[in-house]
Amino acid sequence: MRSLPHVIRKEFRQISRNKIMLPLLFVMPIVQLIVLSYAADFEVKNLNLAVIDHDRDPMSRALVDRFVASGYFTHVGQFQEVGAALEAIDREEADLVMTIPEDFSRSLRAGKPSNVQLLINAVNNQKASVANTYSQQVLALFNQERLFERFGGSAPGGLEISSAYWYNPKLNYKIFMVPGILAILVTMLTAFLSSINIIREREMGTIEQLNVSPLTKFEFILGKIIPFWIIGMVLMGFGLVVAYVLFGISTAGSTLLLFGFVSIYLVAILGFGILISTVTETQQQAMFITWFFLVIFLLLSGLFTPADNIPVWAKGINFFNPIKYFVEVMRMVMLKGSGWTDIRGHFAIIILFAIGFNFVAIRSYSKTTS
Amino acid sequence: MSDRVIHVDGLTKRFGSFTAVDHISFDVKRGEIFGFLGANGAGKTTAMRMLCGLLDPTEGNADVAGFNVLTQAEEVKKHIGYMSQKFSMYEDLTVKENFEFYGGVYRLSQKTIKERLGEMLARLGLDHIEKTLVHDIPLGWKQKLSFSLALLHRPGIIFLDEPTGGVDPITRRQFWEMIYEAAADGVTIFVTTHYMDEAEYCDRVSIMVDGRISALDSPENLRKEFKAQTMDEVFRQLARGAKNAAG
Repeated sequence: MRSLPHVIRKEFRQISRNKIMLPLLFVMPIVQLIVLSYAADFEVKNLNLAVIDHDRDPMSRALVDRFVASGYFTHVGQFQEVGAALEAIDREEADLVMTIPEDFSRSLRAGKPSNVQLLINAVNNQKASVANTYSQQVLALFNQERLFERFGGSAPGGLEISSAYWYNPKLNYKIFMVPGILAILVTMLTAFLSSINIIREREMGTIEQLNVSPLTKFEFILGKIIPFWIIGMVLMGFGLVVAYVLFGISTAGSTLLLFGFVSIYLVAILGFGILISTVTETQQQAMFITWFFLVIFLLLSGLFTPADNIPVWAKGINFFNPIKYFVEVMRMVMLKGSGWTDIRGHFAIIILFAIGFNFVAIRSYSKTTS
Repeated sequence: MSDRVIHVDGLTKRFGSFTAVDHISFDVKRGEIFGFLGANGAGKTTAMRMLCGLLDPTEGNADVAGFNVLTQAEEVKKHIGYMSQKFSMYEDLTVKENFEFYGGVYRLSQKTIKERLGEMLARLGLDHIEKTLVHDIPLGWKQKLSFSLALLHRPGIIFLDEPTGGVDPITRRQFWEMIYEAAADGVTIFVTTHYMDEAEYCDRVSIMVDGRISALDSPENLRKEFKAQTMDEVFRQLARGAKNAAG
């Protein structure tokens, strides 16, 4: 292991010579955190509501006001007939149309039920179901007020649900996304850097010079892992600072525990990257294969969609998805303040990954070809 | 037999049904400049890679610097220098940094590396490029530096795989002067080339055709044997019957 420091020093010298890579390593996390956290926002606001009010009574107007007052709806137009309102949906000016019948206020005042019709644009099904839920809530509230008006304090009691959102009280989407995006970022940068690195030596021909030297393959692979491990750890720390400065997100749990996990996770990911670089021949192949796995891992990681909702066969694949465990740990420790006992299962699995990937990587790298 | 630093016995390499090196046997003596000649595709590089422990032989055996290439490949690697066809210095490091790295790989102390680098650069008259990136150095200089680098850990044997490919005649001439100097210091030189004039500089040459050694002797004796004026003619006579040769 006496040659190891020389390999590490050489790696850092090469990295410092790269005029594009080094600044990019630190600009990228900032830009990606900002862009992805603000843009990857699934919260539905500003639903455009078109109204066909056949009643034109203060009570029907009060219903429309209730919608607007909820904060989720913008009243974008008043129409006389359904055809014109649907055209507004076609032109993307309206997301939903509410039709209030002629006898709306009359029926309600007479204590009889009445109906309103909602037509919702369901091209984006997620948005449509959110629009439906919000509308139901507004209508329920409106009903309650009518009942209260009519019966006063003696209104028949109903079941009232009062909810409190834990760990993210304001249901702030950014708080949910930032830890996950940070996880992806650290993964992508270290995986790509390590998978390309050995290939570059192969393409330059320098690897042959090393294979004919007494440098052992452990020294060689460790010499590749350690520099990128250090970069990954620095990147992680830097990302946490950016998350705090830009989004006010601080780690609820133990930062030390988080870094403890990351330190093992990085060994696993770097081993994975190096494994790819030992079985490929060109930088292009390495890039494509790394990309292939990262995209699958990323989509199944639970970053964008809950990992619990995927089908059973995909769950089987997901068991081998290191990114999933990292995203989960990030969210658990950063948002919930989970401790050692909560994530020790994750630790165990990631340690297995770290050993497994590196074992295969060292096995598949040979100084002598046959 | 301490005089015999390379001993090759029936060394063979097959890639599938293609036999690249076919039962070659020869010895190389200490301090000798041994020319390993052959057309492209004759099996020179394959044979050399087996001797350096980069490639496993299919059959046969070889000892290099007193160690077996099959069972003691890593020991062999400590005692040889190697300069490949492909350029082997890091382009994004300076000359000094390259020497520091490779010196470290051979477990030399930083003090030793510094001394030897200074000596070598002075001898080449290239003191001024110590802190220049290798990327910015002309090819001829790089070639000389690569050779010096391969000698940095003072190996007993140095393998040179077409070291003068692509450089001008003057640099080639200078390069061969470096080879003579190293040989005079007692280093055994094993060099592949397809420049026939370079064959004349060697103590002994072997000529490979279709994976076999067709001739092995001093250039003088070979010219006599084949009744030729130059090594080029000897080579042409031998290569005429080749199957695998590309040119």
